[in-house]
Amino acid sequence: MSGTFTKSMARNIFYGGTVFFALLFLALSFDTMKEIPKRDNRANLTESVIAGKKLWEVNNCIGCHSLLGEGAYFAPELGNVYPRRGPEFIKAWIQAMPTGAPGRRQMPNFGFTDKELDDLVAFLKYSSEINTANWPPNIEG
Amino acid sequence: MQYKSQAVAKPYFIAAIALFTGQILFGLIMGLQYVIGDFLFPAIPFNVARMVHTNLLIVWLLFGFMGAAYYMIPEETETELFSPKLAIAMFWIFLVAGALTIVGYLTVPYATLAKLTGNDILATMGREFLEQPLITKVGIVVVALAFLFNLTMTMLKGRKTSISLVLMLGLWGLAIFFLFSFYNPHNLVLDKFFWWWVVHLWVEGVWELILGALLAFVLIKVTGVDREVIEKWLYVIITLTLITGIIGTGHHYFWIGTPEYWQWWGSIFSALEPIPFFAMTVFAFNMVNRRRRDHPNKAATLWALGTGVMSFLGAGVWGFLHTLAPVNYYTHGTQVTAAHGHMAFYGAYAMVVLCIISYAMPILRGRAANSAKAQVLEMWSFWLMTVSMVFITLFLTAAGILQVWLQRFSDTPISFMAAQDQISLFYWMREGAGVFFLIGLVVYIISFFVKGETKAAA
Repeated sequence: MSGTFTKSMARNIFYGGTVFFALLFLALSFDTMKEIPKRDNRANLTESVIAGKKLWEVNNCIGCHSLLGEGAYFAPELGNVYPRRGPEFIKAWIQAMPTGAPGRRQMPNFGFTDKELDDLVAFLKYSSEINTANWPPNIEG
Repeated sequence: MQYKSQAVAKPYFIAAIALFTGQILFGLIMGLQYVIGDFLFPAIPFNVARMVHTNLLIVWLLFGFMGAAYYMIPEETETELFSPKLAIAMFWIFLVAGALTIVGYLTVPYATLAKLTGNDILATMGREFLEQPLITKVGIVVVALAFLFNLTMTMLKGRKTSISLVLMLGLWGLAIFFLFSFYNPHNLVLDKFFWWWVVHLWVEGVWELILGALLAFVLIKVTGVDREVIEKWLYVIITLTLITGIIGTGHHYFWIGTPEYWQWWGSIFSALEPIPFFAMTVFAFNMVNRRRRDHPNKAATLWALGTGVMSFLGAGVWGFLHTLAPVNYYTHGTQVTAAHGHMAFYGAYAMVVLCIISYAMPILRGRAANSAKAQVLEMWSFWLMTVSMVFITLFLTAAGILQVWLQRFSDTPISFMAAQDQISLFYWMREGAGVFFLIGLVVYIISFFVKGETKAAA
């Protein structure tokens, strides 16, 4: 902060630096868009998966669970619930909610139809097959 | 008050404090649900309480930022606000829309709310922090545009200072990046990738410009240090913020299906993100030490120093703790994240809004500063809330480290819920610290009603 370093120099470095790093970020993002088809499991993005993602959203599942580590931390990670539990267990579990066990965390019953349960499971299967650089560290999520 | 139209800031500040109170109450509900799982179930399931808690946070901070801008811009540009009427109209629209949204969360199942509010036309709901119904999101954009129009028109006819320029840059950035909330691709990886363009580029990007501008404004006022010096610091800080923070977005791209080179970009650049926060702390203390006047508002000075320190600890240190990819591999999505989130939001954004309120509110009420008695109470609330937040963060960090060990690191990992049972002691202690935070907040609110001898504002 010596006398030779003026405000207008600081301002110019701010604008120059910001533009440079914003462009670098855009370039990396552009490259990411080219690279992710190899990792994001888009080949399996079926109608059922898309319907399942919407059910996931309109029931605010992310308000308790995490998915690929993002969301709330109140209930288990579901990015790998498909290999952890398997489709039949997942459906039976969702239908059995809430447990009503006193003092335990409760999940609402959403009254899903059989088709909706299949869609949700399809979405969770698709999510589990995304290449996440080997995350989570183990099957417990 | 130097300009009559600055008065529009007052309702914004009052609303911010009211919504802040709501946020804390719902935080306490959630904290209890962590240990008494069926508390208030099914009336208020955890996901609803969390949505209310986080959405109220965002909305009260936005009210605070808007109030701050309406207060600062006339004084900085040395001209009356372009349209005080528009500012008041937008206040009511934003308040009513916000209140209706919260009522919607609390009274109708979320899926029904989605159906009622046009989520089938354009599905944007059900993503963390962006849970608002489509009409609320559109409302936010309308209010933001009217607000920016009002302030930009004010600036065009007045003096253009660096502080006001940086503030406007931050606010325009806030509005522009929010537009990504309308983009919700079916592809989960793309969805997550661009979701961060709202969330990260807000809180670790443009919001920091707003933070810097607010802090610089208050520091000029309470220390009387030359504007040239303060504005030079401001530019240095926000330069450091953006050159680390933009590429730092990469620390969210480690495990969501994005290319693995992000582990390098994200780790290196986000490891540098504490630097601007450290600079901010040095800046605040330096300016106060070099003060050329003793402003009667001691409480505002305390909040300014507190913002520097707590944002460095919360955003800087606690962010760094888990930002390196090899560490984040184990901590991602655990209570460590929650610990960081709490102290960072409080230290950086809650505190800077409370700082500008502390400085501006007495002036809006016709005095240079509150009475000594009121200020002492306000400073008590500062310490109660800040120390409570330190403990909330420490307890959540302990819970997080144990969770990582039990569930992810040990040779015999246990399930999520089994691990949660093991760490419940720390959740109880967090809830206790939360109660002290609420007491601090109550003291804060009482401080507004304490009378005493004051000097009229210049």
